[in-house]
Amino acid sequence: MSVLLATEHLTMRFGGVVAVDDVSLSIEERELRCLIGPNGAGKSTFFRCLTGQYRPSAGRILWRGEDITGLEPHQIARRGIGIKTQVPSLFDGLTALEGVVLALRRQHREREARRRALAVLERLGIAELAHRPVGLLAHGQRQLVELATVVAPAPDLIILDEPTAGMSAEETAGTAALIRDMNRDHAIVVVEHDMQFIRAIARKVTVFHQGRVLVEDSAEAVLADPRVHDVYLGRPPEARQAVPA
Amino acid sequence: MDLAIATGIQALTGIATLLLISLGLAIVFGMMRVINLAHGEFLMLGAYSAILAVQAGVNLWIAMLVVAPLCVGLLGVVVERLVIRRLYGRMVDTMLATWGLSLALIGAVTMIFGNTVSGFSAPLGSVRIGAYSTSGYGLFLIGATVLLLLAVWAVLRFTPAGLIARGTMQNAGMAAALGVPTERVYALSFAAGAAVSGLAGALMAPFSGVLPTMGTAYIAKSFITVITGGAAMLAGTASASVLLGGVNTLGTFATTPVLGEVLMLAVAILLLRLLPQGITGRFFRRAL
Amino acid sequence: MPGEGPGRASANGRAAFEAALGLLAAGIAAWWLPQMLELFSIINATVYTAMAVLALSLALVWGFGGILCFGQAAFFGLGGYAYAVAALNLPDTTYAVPIAILVPSLAAAALGYVMFFGRISDVYMGVITLTVTLILFNFVNSTAGEEWRIGAAPLGGFNGIPTTPPLNLPGDPGTPLAPEQIFVLAVLCLGLCYALCKLVLRSRFGRVVVAIRENELRAALLGYDVRLYKLGIFTIGGAMAGLAGLLFANCVFVSPTMFSLAYSGQIIIWVMVGGIGTLLGPVIGAMLLQALTAWVGTLPEINPNLILGLVLLVAVLAIPRGLQPTVAGWLRRRLPEDAA
Repeated sequence: MSVLLATEHLTMRFGGVVAVDDVSLSIEERELRCLIGPNGAGKSTFFRCLTGQYRPSAGRILWRGEDITGLEPHQIARRGIGIKTQVPSLFDGLTALEGVVLALRRQHREREARRRALAVLERLGIAELAHRPVGLLAHGQRQLVELATVVAPAPDLIILDEPTAGMSAEETAGTAALIRDMNRDHAIVVVEHDMQFIRAIARKVTVFHQGRVLVEDSAEAVLADPRVHDVYLGRPPEARQAVPA
Repeated sequence: MDLAIATGIQALTGIATLLLISLGLAIVFGMMRVINLAHGEFLMLGAYSAILAVQAGVNLWIAMLVVAPLCVGLLGVVVERLVIRRLYGRMVDTMLATWGLSLALIGAVTMIFGNTVSGFSAPLGSVRIGAYSTSGYGLFLIGATVLLLLAVWAVLRFTPAGLIARGTMQNAGMAAALGVPTERVYALSFAAGAAVSGLAGALMAPFSGVLPTMGTAYIAKSFITVITGGAAMLAGTASASVLLGGVNTLGTFATTPVLGEVLMLAVAILLLRLLPQGITGRFFRRAL
Repeated sequence: MPGEGPGRASANGRAAFEAALGLLAAGIAAWWLPQMLELFSIINATVYTAMAVLALSLALVWGFGGILCFGQAAFFGLGGYAYAVAALNLPDTTYAVPIAILVPSLAAAALGYVMFFGRISDVYMGVITLTVTLILFNFVNSTAGEEWRIGAAPLGGFNGIPTTPPLNLPGDPGTPLAPEQIFVLAVLCLGLCYALCKLVLRSRFGRVVVAIRENELRAALLGYDVRLYKLGIFTIGGAMAGLAGLLFANCVFVSPTMFSLAYSGQIIIWVMVGGIGTLLGPVIGAMLLQALTAWVGTLPEINPNLILGLVLLVAVLAIPRGLQPTVAGWLRRRLPEDAA
């Protein structure tokens, strides 16, 4: 399988703080990858570097071998990367359908965009929300509308930042199923910190800690890894060595 | 040599003027993130209150240094109560409302005093530097501006009220959680900013002449100075005044006053293009 | 289209409602204009119409583009001066028309480039546009001397250019248009600009512009270059304001007051009072407020600035959504009850 997205020694500093520290990882075509780590591990900063919202201090980002470091968000999006932000980022004044149509209007003419948008809303089970202004929808509905907006243009890679934030256990399980389903057509990177969700997805996991990659392994291996437990419980991995087993 | 000193004083006067007319705006913007488009009219009212006081027989210095800031400070209290407080957090609406206030004040003052220039002549005569002479009042203005800046800095740095103000400026939510009455801090900040503007207007009056629309001549300059300065209100306004005032004076010296202003604006826009957060977004970040 | 769903139907209903409101306004104007013309003159009616075009330009830039432009008067003044200077230099004033639209468009594009590509936030944008306008005002005001002339056109400083020639019949420089003809031309321009706004907003470009107003980040994440779209709408607004300046120059003459803060303020007030995010509202707002200012101007003891300022202050504090949405909302709440 060929590599879709790769970072090489990606580093992001804010003043004296190194939020992302020399991270190299690669995502393959049709892969489903989870990025996890406790709060402040650098996941969100890493995410913003990928989406073009931050310009990394050092290192490169490669898309199918092409250097896309420092490009504007719209240029990165045009390469075929769909991005869902942590707090749903939507056109509150427009209806759900209008928003999804706009997502498709770069590639399709109006009539075709409309047809496809309705189909996507149908597929996500929110066809009845098509003509409601997005600003008036409930939180869970907004998450789904944003997913529809992101999925509609059929991006090669979808990056989701904490898609289950603020969701009940039931909704989280539903979202996990949905993401696995979406993975049949798109490569997906999920940035999360919820371990239940990681268990439900059960694919390859990259664990962030203090801006670095701590572990990269299968979900079972990561969930069983004592270092990951230490990180989540707040003990630094170096301290562990000093503690007798 | 004499020419150099005379030109230097000219430049310093330009810088001091810019700093003086911007300081009140900087206090309000720095403390409350409120852009007060009626700032020019606060300056104008400061000048008018000084003139009225002088005409009523008050000593010139008391009229400028006491009456003007007091009157405009009180107006600030009223405006904060009636307008600003209702629009906290709505920056654009605040700008629009204060613009309305600005127009209304110009209209009201024109109705009362007529659209004519009044004023008083600069006290302190002139000072000779070799073959050149400079106005003694200009030198006083430079000194007064430096003193005013130091006074505001000292209040912020050394008094308990200043600590509360700095805390609110840094993080209003946290300050409120710690029991700081942010509403009162804002009300006082706005009044203090208005008082400083009133003082500045009165001090500028001998130079500029006083008329209802005089504020519009200042407002653009003071805005561009405060915004070029960035988040740190004193260091930012001071450094921007030095830079822009210097450019303005030199540009005026080399060409015409109008082109000097155009040059100053061009430099300011260029700076904002390079440093979108203003000068103190990049330099002197820890300053006040 | 069949099977469009309830949202489309209500959108159509709203469009019909707005069209009806427009027709009503036209009807009132048709009935009221002849009476008004006795009081004022055909020239005043033309000025009102030119100002309505100006209001429309800001309605587009601010209400739909979400760009806080405090300096729309700059493009208005540039359009007027570009027309006057070109008309004085060219044998046929018709050729001055494209220049009067092109110059402010280019100015808007240049200013927009600095602001949008510099990622300047909306509040700073307001200040920068305001400052540019003031600088232009000061500059034009200072061009009194003989050395300030462009070809055959003296800039005239604070006196402006009283010799601004009116438009002539295209191809016939000997026949200047009569005031009545210029009035008809202005009304046509207003209609055209309104239609142009509607067309722009219905196009993909316009919908992306509105989407950017709603959420800039999301528009960028969908692959739209936010800066280009903002630049586009800002330039269209500049062109329209230039056209308004041209019309104004044809009924009065150009002077530095076109660049004044008072004008910039008035345009904001028209849009604010009429309703941000609407087109008809600002047009009506411009008409109503000019009538109000004209009426106040006949009262010697009251300064129009005072009234305008208070109107803006009250509008922001009491009806932040503006007249059109407020009235329309009130009507919508009342009408279903009556119908039921």
